[in-house]
Amino acid sequence: MIAIVDYGAGNLNSVKKAFSWLGSTVAVTSQPEVVARAGKIVLPGVGHFSALAGLARTSLADTLLDGIRSGKPFLGICLGMQWLFQGSNEATETPGAGIFPGICKKFPQTVKSPHVGWNNLVTSPGSRLLGALPKNAFVYYTHSFYAPVIEATTAESEYGPRFSAVVEQDSVFGVQFHPEKSGDAGLSILRTFCELESC
Amino acid sequence: MLTKRIIACLDMDAGRVVKGVQFENLRDAGDPVECAISHARDGADEIVLLDISATRQGRNMMLDAVCRVARCLFIPFTVGGGIREISDAAAVFDAGADKIAINSAAVRDPELIGKIAGRFGSQAVVVAIDARRTNGGFDVFVAGGRVPTGRDAVQWAREAASRGAGEILFTSMDRDGTRSGFDCELVRLVSQAVPIPVIASGGAGSPGHFIDVFRHGCADAALAASIFHFEIQGISGLKRELHAANLPVRWPC
Repeated sequence: MIAIVDYGAGNLNSVKKAFSWLGSTVAVTSQPEVVARAGKIVLPGVGHFSALAGLARTSLADTLLDGIRSGKPFLGICLGMQWLFQGSNEATETPGAGIFPGICKKFPQTVKSPHVGWNNLVTSPGSRLLGALPKNAFVYYTHSFYAPVIEATTAESEYGPRFSAVVEQDSVFGVQFHPEKSGDAGLSILRTFCELESC
Repeated sequence: MLTKRIIACLDMDAGRVVKGVQFENLRDAGDPVECAISHARDGADEIVLLDISATRQGRNMMLDAVCRVARCLFIPFTVGGGIREISDAAAVFDAGADKIAINSAAVRDPELIGKIAGRFGSQAVVVAIDARRTNGGFDVFVAGGRVPTGRDAVQWAREAASRGAGEILFTSMDRDGTRSGFDCELVRLVSQAVPIPVIASGGAGSPGHFIDVFRHGCADAALAASIFHFEIQGISGLKRELHAANLPVRWPC
């Protein structure tokens, strides 16, 4: 079972629908014990970084970190990906998980913000998550803050600065875009995640 | 590179997709689910479903159509028409929409923009503006383009953005359904006035019109309905032409 973590940040229908379409059993839940029992964890989310404060309040953050430490496949989407970093300038009082180094920043004023629409991925070789994708695939974004390009970045996009589109390390994955809204390319990424083994 | 979006709009009346000229003389254009899927397959970057009747009976039909379309659509999906308060928006999100479009209700109660954005995020709020040229100005019209408000379209776009809209869907009522090209001048004024993406609508008739509105209108996205439904212009063919004109588009997709 895949646990889709509900911490009150936005509409989780489309993430649930995409996994169901792929034939996965999913539970949308805010209960740590359900997350702890799941074989895989998805942390979605749109909106303000401060919404992630809800994770710490409910002990969900500890459950997620335990899952990550045990090697359970974990996918952070959009705000859920940003949580994997150390924090964000959007809400400096809300800490991230610090799995990946760096702080999320706002796009500069030279570009319209939010970054809304389809942008291409420039992928690095060796990605477990993106293996099934054609080169230069397009994915759908909607966000105002971005994560820096780091060693764990396996795909980047460019909008003003270049930023992390996908980060991965062992069984932890983060995608800044919305795979559930990215047509066949997005479904292919989610399918790969569904088929991953723990490591 | 961020691409220019091509958005297919389904105007819905009594559960069917329809199309008229300047919002009148409606013709049947098919079932919403079939239309949405066929446009998505042909390369649409986004689908907008607008309930143009927005009666109580139309409302239930719309929620049913939203559910049916959302179930098999994996690209962004916006729904508008008859959303008057936050509970209407919540029902549409529950039915599976990613974004809502509000028009008349936002003009009547501008605080509604911030209320919906506060609960569902700015990315989920599209403020639709219908404008007509009047005596040297550009006025906002509501109620399907029939009632003038006396508001200046560019000012209203700016206010909507500052109240938390994530995107502006800007329709030229003078061009709607005429296939004579987008009102690039007006679209550019709006696009340069707001810090958020602007979707141009009204007047699409040929690939050249899309090239113009992206190059000269500074539009971030362009929306059309009738030319896609009646197969006057396929989306894949349109994207091929935009790509050939060196505009960034999601192609092949």
